[in-house]
Amino acid sequence: MSEPTTSRRAQLKPPVTDIGVIGWFHKNLFNTWYNSLLTIITLALLAALLPPLIKWAFIDSVWYGPAAACHDVDGACWSVIPHNIRFIIFGFFPEGQAWRPALAMFLLLSLVVYSRKRERWRSSLGWLWLISLTVMGILMYGGIFGMPVVETAQWSGLPLTLMLSFFGMVAAYPLGIMLALGRRSRMPAIKSLCIVYIEMIRGVPLISLLFMSSIMFPLFLPEGITINKVLRAQIAIILFTAAYIAEVVRGGLQAMPRGQYEAAESLGLTFNQTMRLIILPQALKIVIPPTVGILLSAFKDTSLVVIIALYDVLKTTKVTLSNPKWTGCSTEAYIFLALLYFAFCYAMSSYSRRLEKELDTSY
Amino acid sequence: MKFTKTLMFTIALCLLVCTVAQAGKDLDAVRKKGFIQAGVNGGVFGFGMPDAKGVWRGLDVDTARAVAAAIFGDASKVKFTPLTAQQRFTALQSGEIDLLTRNATRTLSRETQLGLNFVQVNYYDGQGFMVLKKLGVKSAKDLDGATVCVLPGTTTEQNAADFFRNNKMKWNPVVIESTTELSKAFFAGRCDVLTSDASQLAGIRAVAPNPDDYTILPEIISKEPLAPAVRHGDDQFRDIVDFSVLAMINAEELGITSKNVDEMLKSKNPKIQRFLGVLPGNGKALGLDEKWAYNIVKQVGNYGEVFERNIGVKTSLGLKRGLNALWTNGGLMYSPPFK
Amino acid sequence: MDKPTASLSSLPSPAPPFWRDAGKRALVFQVLALATVGGLGYYLFSNTQANLARQSIATGFDFLKKEASFEISESLIPYSAADTYARALLVGVLNTLKVSFIGIVLTTILGTIIGIARLSSNWLVSRLARSFIELMQNIPVLLQLFFWYAIFYEAFPAPRQALNPIKGLFLCNRGLIFAVPEGHPAYSAMAWVLVAVLICGWLLNRWGHRRQELTGKSFPAFRVTLFAALLLPFLTWFFYGAPTAMNMPVLRGFNFRGGLSVSPEFSALLLGLVLYTSAFVAEIVRAGIQSIGRGQIEAAMALGLRPGQVLQLVILPQSLRVIIPPLTSQMLNLTKNSSLAVAIGYTDFVAVTNTTINQTGQAIEGVAMIMVVYLAISLSTSLFMNWYNKRMALVER
Repeated sequence: MSEPTTSRRAQLKPPVTDIGVIGWFHKNLFNTWYNSLLTIITLALLAALLPPLIKWAFIDSVWYGPAAACHDVDGACWSVIPHNIRFIIFGFFPEGQAWRPALAMFLLLSLVVYSRKRERWRSSLGWLWLISLTVMGILMYGGIFGMPVVETAQWSGLPLTLMLSFFGMVAAYPLGIMLALGRRSRMPAIKSLCIVYIEMIRGVPLISLLFMSSIMFPLFLPEGITINKVLRAQIAIILFTAAYIAEVVRGGLQAMPRGQYEAAESLGLTFNQTMRLIILPQALKIVIPPTVGILLSAFKDTSLVVIIALYDVLKTTKVTLSNPKWTGCSTEAYIFLALLYFAFCYAMSSYSRRLEKELDTSY
Repeated sequence: MKFTKTLMFTIALCLLVCTVAQAGKDLDAVRKKGFIQAGVNGGVFGFGMPDAKGVWRGLDVDTARAVAAAIFGDASKVKFTPLTAQQRFTALQSGEIDLLTRNATRTLSRETQLGLNFVQVNYYDGQGFMVLKKLGVKSAKDLDGATVCVLPGTTTEQNAADFFRNNKMKWNPVVIESTTELSKAFFAGRCDVLTSDASQLAGIRAVAPNPDDYTILPEIISKEPLAPAVRHGDDQFRDIVDFSVLAMINAEELGITSKNVDEMLKSKNPKIQRFLGVLPGNGKALGLDEKWAYNIVKQVGNYGEVFERNIGVKTSLGLKRGLNALWTNGGLMYSPPFK
Repeated sequence: MDKPTASLSSLPSPAPPFWRDAGKRALVFQVLALATVGGLGYYLFSNTQANLARQSIATGFDFLKKEASFEISESLIPYSAADTYARALLVGVLNTLKVSFIGIVLTTILGTIIGIARLSSNWLVSRLARSFIELMQNIPVLLQLFFWYAIFYEAFPAPRQALNPIKGLFLCNRGLIFAVPEGHPAYSAMAWVLVAVLICGWLLNRWGHRRQELTGKSFPAFRVTLFAALLLPFLTWFFYGAPTAMNMPVLRGFNFRGGLSVSPEFSALLLGLVLYTSAFVAEIVRAGIQSIGRGQIEAAMALGLRPGQVLQLVILPQSLRVIIPPLTSQMLNLTKNSSLAVAIGYTDFVAVTNTTINQTGQAIEGVAMIMVVYLAISLSTSLFMNWYNKRMALVER
C-alpha cells in the first residue's frame, strides 16, 4: 500500500535539460553563455581543419607505391616509410643481422613493461636488469655464438636512440646520487665542487655539451688515443643527465625528516650505513616520478645528436630524405617520427602520473 | 650499493671497448689495425651517403675505398665516420680518422694553419646560383635585393658575401644546416636564389617538383678544388693516398676499366705493364704490393667509371664531366707519369 | 659527517687516531678531491696544449678582431660583412636574447591561458587543452621546429602574390611585413611620457598600499595609471601636430622594401618554442591554481570580495609562490632550446658561432664562448627570478 503522493512524485521526471545526452551537453558544453560561445568557436575550428587533413592523410594518399607514384597525387606519400623502414629503424646495422637489435629492443621494452608494477621492485629485479642489459650489449656487439662483431659506430637508428637515453639514464643515476650527496655535504670544498658542476651543466644547452664532445674532446686526449663518436656523445648525455638527477635526488633528500638522520645516528650507524640503509631507500622512492620525467626528456633530447651527425632515428630519416627520390615526402616522414616519439613518451608520461598518484596515497 | 658497484664495473667494461689507436706513423697504425677509418659527408647524395641498406655510396666514399684497395688489396677494408663541417678537421687532427674524403676545398690556410695535407683533387667544383626561370634573371649581376638560400658549407657563405659586396648589391641570406631542409625551403619560394657548389645545384635541381622551372646562372663565383686530406707527419701515407686518386685517373687515360683490367695485364704497352705491376717497381717505391693499382681498378674502377656510377648523367644528379673530364677531353684531370 | 665521534670528542679521552677524527678525515677527503679535480684539469689542459702545438693549430681570441666576411640576415644593430667577428657574435647574442625574451613573455601568457582552459568547466575546451598539452610535451622540440618552419614557407604565397588583408600589412613566405610610422620627434616624446606615467603609477601604487595599511581606505591606483597611460601619450601626439606619415612597404625587385618585417625563421622558432614550453607552463599554472584550497576562495567571497579581488588578493599571491620556481626553470629551458635555431636558419648565437668555427677552425674558443654566454644568461635569469621569488614570499606572513 503506497501513498498516492509518493507515486505521483515518482512519475515526475527531472527536466530534460538535466539528464541523458542533452543533459550532458547542457552541463558540459552550454552551461553559461561564454561556454556556449567557446564550444561553438571550437567546433567551427575543428570543422574547418579536420576534413582537409583527413582527405590528405587517408583518402588522397599513397601507401605502398614507388616514389614516382607520389608525383601524381595531392595526398600524403606514406610509401616513403615502408620503402625505407629498415634504414630508418636499424641504420647501418649489417644486412641480415637486423634481428639482433630488434630482439634487444624487444627485450628492453618487455623489461620496462615488466618493471612497471611496484610490487615487482625487489633487488632481484635490479639483477634482472643488469643481466638483460648485458645480454642486450652482447646481442648488439656480437663476437660470440657466431654472431659477427658490430662496432658501436654502426649502432644507429632506433636502437641508438634507446641506448643513448636508457643507458645514459642508468649510468647517470649513481653519478647523480653522488653529486646530490656532495651538494649536501658539510665539507666546503666538496660542496662547492658539486654546486659548480651542477649549476654549470644546468646552465648550458645540451647542444653545447654535444659540440664539446664532438669537436673539442678529441683534443683533450693524449696523442693517438681516441674514443669513438657514439661513446663520446653518450658520455656527454650522461654528464648532462647526472646534473638533473642530482637536483631531483636532492629534493628527495631534503624531504627526509631530521629525525631519520638522528635516529640512525643514535643507533651508531656510520654515514655510509645511514645513507645506504635509511635515507636513500626512502628518498629515492619519493623521487621516482620526477625521475621518469628526466628519462622522458633524455629520450626526447637524444634527437639533438642529429646536429653532430650521429645516426639516431631522426638522422636516418633525414638521410633517407636527402635521396632525391624521397625529398618531397619529408612531411610524411616527420609525422611518422612524431608518432613514434609520441608513442614512447606518452606511455612514459602517463606511467609517471599513475605512479605519482600511487605513491601519493601511500603517505 | 652493491648494485651500484656492479653497475660501475659494467660501465668500466663498456669503456674498454673504446678504440685505442697506436701513436706513431699513420701508415703503420693503419696496417696494424687492418682497416682505414675515413671521414665522409653523411648526407650528400652522390658524394657520401648511405643507401637504403645502410651501404655507403658516393664519389668520396669510392675514393676512400681505392686507398684501402691500394694498401690492403681489399677495397672493403675501410670504415666510414660521417662528419659535420665543424667536426671534420678536428677528427683528422686528433687521429679519430686516418683520411678525410668529405668534399673539402683545398685552401692555403687549411694546409698551413690546420696542419693538413691535401692530395690530388677528386672533383673540381665552383660556386654558382640557381633561380626560378620565371623571374627572368639572366646574370648573377641582376640579383640586387634578392633573398638567397645558402647551402651550408665552409666557404659558401663567405664567397657569396664577397660576391655581393664586390658588386655593391644588397642581399638577404638564409642559412640552414641541412641540405634537405634548405632545398625544400627554396622550392617553396622562401628564397629567390639558391647558391652552392655547382655539383650540388644540379643535384638539387634534379629533385625539384618541376626541374625545368629552374635555371643555373652562368657565373661561377669561386674555385672549389675538392680533395682528400691527411694530417701532417707521414709522407709515405700521403703519397699513397695521392697516387691512389691519381691511379684512377691514369687508368682512365690508359683506357683500363674494371671490366678489361685482366686482359690489360697481357698488354705489351710498357706504360700499362708498369702501371699494373707487370713490370715491378712502382709498388716497392710506395711501400705497397706491386698489384696495388690493379686492385684499385679491379675493385673500385677508373675515375670515369666512379664518376658515372655516382654522379654521372645516368644518375639522378645527372652531372656532365665538365672540368672533371680528362685533360685530353678539355678537362683538368691529368695524371703524372707512373714511372 | 660522523657525528657520534664528533660529539664524543668533547669528553676527556685520549685523542683518537687521525683517521677516526671526523674533522681531519674531512680535510683529507677535501684535499684529495681538489687534487683529483685539479690534476684531471691539468692533465686535459696539457694534452690540449700539446695537441694544438703539435698540429700547429691557431689558438687564442685574436680572430675576434678579424673581418667576419659573412652576412647575417637579421640584426638588431647595424652589421655588414665588413665588420669583425666580435660584432657578428654580438649580433648573435642579441638575436638569442630577442627570441628568448619575446618567447618567455608569450609563453607565460599562452601557458596561463591553456592552464586555465585545462580547468575549464567546458568539456570540449578542457579536453582540447589536455590533448594540446600531451601532444606538445611528447614530441621532441627539434621535430616540431622542422614542422613549423615547413608550414611557414609552404603555406604562404610568394611576395608578388602576398596576402594583403589590411593596408600596409603583407603576409608572404618572406615573412610578415608591415608599415611603421615615419620617424618623427613626437614618437620619442610619447615614449618618454609613457615611461614617466608608469613610474608615477608605481609610486602611486606604493602610496595607495601604505594608505590602505594605515587607514583601510583603498585607492584604485591601477585604473588611474591605465587611464593616464592611454590618455597622456595621445595628448602628446596631438600636441606635436598629430603626424600620420607612414613608412609603407613596397614591392621592389625581389622583395619588399621599407616597413618592418618579421622573418619566417624567427616566427617558426618563436612559435615552436612558445607552443612547446607553454604546454609545460600550463601544467605548472594548473598545479598552482589547484594548490589553493577551495575554502580560501569561499572565505574570501564570504568576506564580500569581488571575483577580481579574490583573484588579485587571495589566489594569485599564494599560487605564484608555487608557480614561480618551476616557471623559472621553464624560462631557462626555453632560452637553452633557442639554440636549436641553427637547424632552421635563424641566426642566433650558436648559428653565428658555428659559422665562425667553420671559417676560423677554432673550435675550442667557439664552444667555450657558447657555454659562457648561455651560462651568463641562465645565471642572471636565475638571480632575477630568485629575487622576485623572495619578494613574493614576503607577501606571506
